[in-house]
Order: sequence, then C-alpha cells, then structure tokens
Amino acid sequence: MITCREFVDFMMQYLDAELPADERAEFERHVSDCPPCGIYLEQYRDTVTLGKAVCRDPEGPVPEEVPEDLVSAILAARGGSD
Amino acid sequence: MDLQPAAAIAPEDEPKLLEALRAGDGEAYERLVRSYGGRMLAVTRRLLRDEEEARDAVQDAFLSAFRSIDRFEGQSRLSTWLHRIAVNAALMKLRSKKRKPETSIEDLLPGFIEDGHMAEPPEAPWREGADALLARGETREWVRRRIDDLPESHRTVLLLRDIEELDTAEVAKLLDLSPGAVKTRLHRARQALRSLLDPDLQGEGA
Repeated sequence: MITCREFVDFMMQYLDAELPADERAEFERHVSDCPPCGIYLEQYRDTVTLGKAVCRDPEGPVPEEVPEDLVSAILAARGGSD
Repeated sequence: MDLQPAAAIAPEDEPKLLEALRAGDGEAYERLVRSYGGRMLAVTRRLLRDEEEARDAVQDAFLSAFRSIDRFEGQSRLSTWLHRIAVNAALMKLRSKKRKPETSIEDLLPGFIEDGHMAEPPEAPWREGADALLARGETREWVRRRIDDLPESHRTVLLLRDIEELDTAEVAKLLDLSPGAVKTRLHRARQALRSLLDPDLQGEGA
C-alpha cells in the first residue's frame, strides 16, 4: 500500500498514463481507500484543466492583432539592420 | 492604439511567402509581421507581464527570425517556428531582469506527517468543478491572477508546458534543465496553483 505522500508524488504520472500497470493498480487502490486523496486528485485535475483553459477563448480563437506602431518599429529595425 | 486585423497565412501559401522573404521582398516581411505579431505579442505578454518588455521581445524575436529565415527548413509550420522564437526572446528578457528574490514554493505544497499521511487533508470537494467554473466569464481572469502569484521559476514552467503547450524536452532545453527537473517543477507548480485556488472554492455549491 502506497502512502499519501507517494500518491501525491505519482499523481502527474498517473494522469499522463505514464505509470506501469502494477503501480497504476496500487495508485487506484489507494484512491478507493483514501477519500481525502481522491478529493485532492480531483482538485489537482481541475487545476490542470483551469490552467490550460486560461488563455483559450470559449468563443473561438483570440483575435490576433498587432499594434500598428509595433509593426512600423519592427519593419524600421529590419531596414536598419540590413 | 491602432490595431490591424491579422491576415491568416494558409499552410499552402507558406512556401511562396518564404521565397519572397528570402528574396528580401518588403511586402512579405510586412505580411509576416501582421499575420503573426499579435499571437507572438500575446505569448510575450503572458511571460513578461510588462507591455514594453513584451513589445521589445516581439521585436527581438522578429529580427532574430529575419536573420535566420534562410535556415528555416519548413519542417514545422512557420507559426510554430515563430512561436518558439517568441518564447525564447521572452525568456532571454526574463533572465536578464534583476528579479526580487523568489518566494518559496514549499508553503504552497501539501505537508505530510511522519507516517506519510497529509498534514491537512482536503475535507470536501470544491463547490464547483472546472467545467462549471469555466462557463463563467470571470474565471479565466481569476485563474490568470493566481498563476501570476506562483514563484517565477514555477510560473514559467507552468506557462510553457500547460499554456504554450511546449513538450518537456523543449522546455528542458529552453530553461537549461533536465527533463526530470521540468516534470518535477510542473507537478509542484500545479499543486501550488491548487493551493492558491483552494480558498475561493471552499464551501457549499452555488
């Protein structure tokens, strides 16, 4: 039986499906025996989802606009560096 | 601020654009900057959190891309190549800045007692899950602010892996870390972010 500390250490590998079958089984046994670790895993999973979603616009791709003065500065710097 | 909408470049148009860039065609350079500058600016803003530095990094990135356009072999999309150059330019700026001493991440990680149990195990699930939270407009800004509260070295790894979607090997190379160290740092960054989100998500469901 793995400890809660080991459970937390293995969490990312578990979610990335990188644990070998025997360790995966141990991990799943722990989560069914230890409700706080189950809650922690769920919160960790939600955190990853929230973090990944933070810069994605639900309505579609963010408009990709570039300030006009930056365009001019870059093109002028290119001219100067030739 | 004057904004110019981007004109997307289709994959099949890339070879022609590259040819024009290599021939020194000024209009092609302008098209490249207008098409990709906005996205690159979004990347450098996320990493640097300073408008002036973010713009400088985009300019550095384009000048670096212009210099190496002859060496671009077309194995990746132009957008992917430019994205990596923008990330690199922002990281160079981050490294060159004198930063305040980093806060320790340890306080944001779960503690364990001697027998391996959590010192303060979570008592109840969050009142809402990620999907319900993301249905509300203000959630993204709130999470962004909590990510900004992470210690810099961990914030950078979280941004590069989870938001910029670079793989472990790429991040390891950019930050001069081993792949194992990148994985450890990402796992710790996510746990710390969980701790930072936790106080606002305690309690009964809405």
